[in-house]
Amino acid sequence: MKSTVLVITSGKGGVGKTTTTANLGTALAMMDKRVVMVDTDIGLRNLDVVLGLENRIVFDIVDVVNGNCKLRQALIKDKRFEGLFLLPAAQTKDKSAVTPHQMKNLTNELRKEFDFILVDCPAGIEQGFRNAIAGADNAIVVATPEISSVRDADRIVGLLEASGLFKSRLIINRLRNKMVKNGDMMDVDDIIDILSIDLLGVVPEDESIVISTNRGEPAVMESASRAGAAYKRIARRLTGEGVPMYSVEDEKFLDKFWKLLKIAR
Amino acid sequence: MFDILTRIFGRENNSSKNIAKERLRLVLIHDRATITPEVMMMLKEDLIKVIREYLVIDEEALSVSLEDDTDEIALVANIPIKGLRRLVNA
Repeated sequence: MKSTVLVITSGKGGVGKTTTTANLGTALAMMDKRVVMVDTDIGLRNLDVVLGLENRIVFDIVDVVNGNCKLRQALIKDKRFEGLFLLPAAQTKDKSAVTPHQMKNLTNELRKEFDFILVDCPAGIEQGFRNAIAGADNAIVVATPEISSVRDADRIVGLLEASGLFKSRLIINRLRNKMVKNGDMMDVDDIIDILSIDLLGVVPEDESIVISTNRGEPAVMESASRAGAAYKRIARRLTGEGVPMYSVEDEKFLDKFWKLLKIAR
Repeated sequence: MFDILTRIFGRENNSSKNIAKERLRLVLIHDRATITPEVMMMLKEDLIKVIREYLVIDEEALSVSLEDDTDEIALVANIPIKGLRRLVNA
């Protein structure tokens, strides 16, 4: 199988890039893919804690590009899943410690070993963003249904296109069905309309994300997590499988279905 | 049924989601055109300078804005004219 380098980006911070990277990486590994997640947020690394791998870091991405260690030595194997690895960011350096050229070489090196290379991009549009997108085939843009996030996503889509990445796909994160139904939150169609890029998936707001992050276990490992289920569906789409979109309508239908069941009982 | 009622009472248009959409639409017009409010101000001042050569205009009431009409973005200027300046031919 040809390998794919995907950068997970958003412009705005705090919309769920790292959570998305951790969950998609884990979900793909659960589907027997060989996956490496690369944290490019140098100075503010977090993918390691979200995955619960923070105590196993010896070398990092800066060590690799500077030749202080071999790539293999810096890769942390997630023991819970076969074929899942993390390349952590450095915590004590800054974004200029890596160049776009070095990133390109690094991702090309990783292509030899992995089916999916997921690059977790830092917030912002500066050097860190430039580095993260340098070796990518495609981008996944994460946005929440808020003005500030959608505005930044629009800017990011423009910058990605200026860098030759024309097939960005969108994940709408933290959608609250109740607020959408009450007309107090932009819905999926509104956002797609405005950004005019393809939708990759919708992840509902879910408290289980907080719990799984507390534990360092991605939500896809928790079968009852709604966000986890949404990420699993997105992961299947990434492998080319046709999976129908989750929508507010589905929710309405399911609500009615459960209500009927309750009445029947 | 509830949907119909909210539509009848016009709540749909005032819902905070629609306010968000409208604000976002306007802010993105400027973002995408990479025209800042300062640039718009400069454009407006230059327009006044040129038009003043030919017409007496109400500079206070003049408005210039970018508007999004379905797929096209247009520069819309509203320029109230107070009178025609007599052209003096040399």
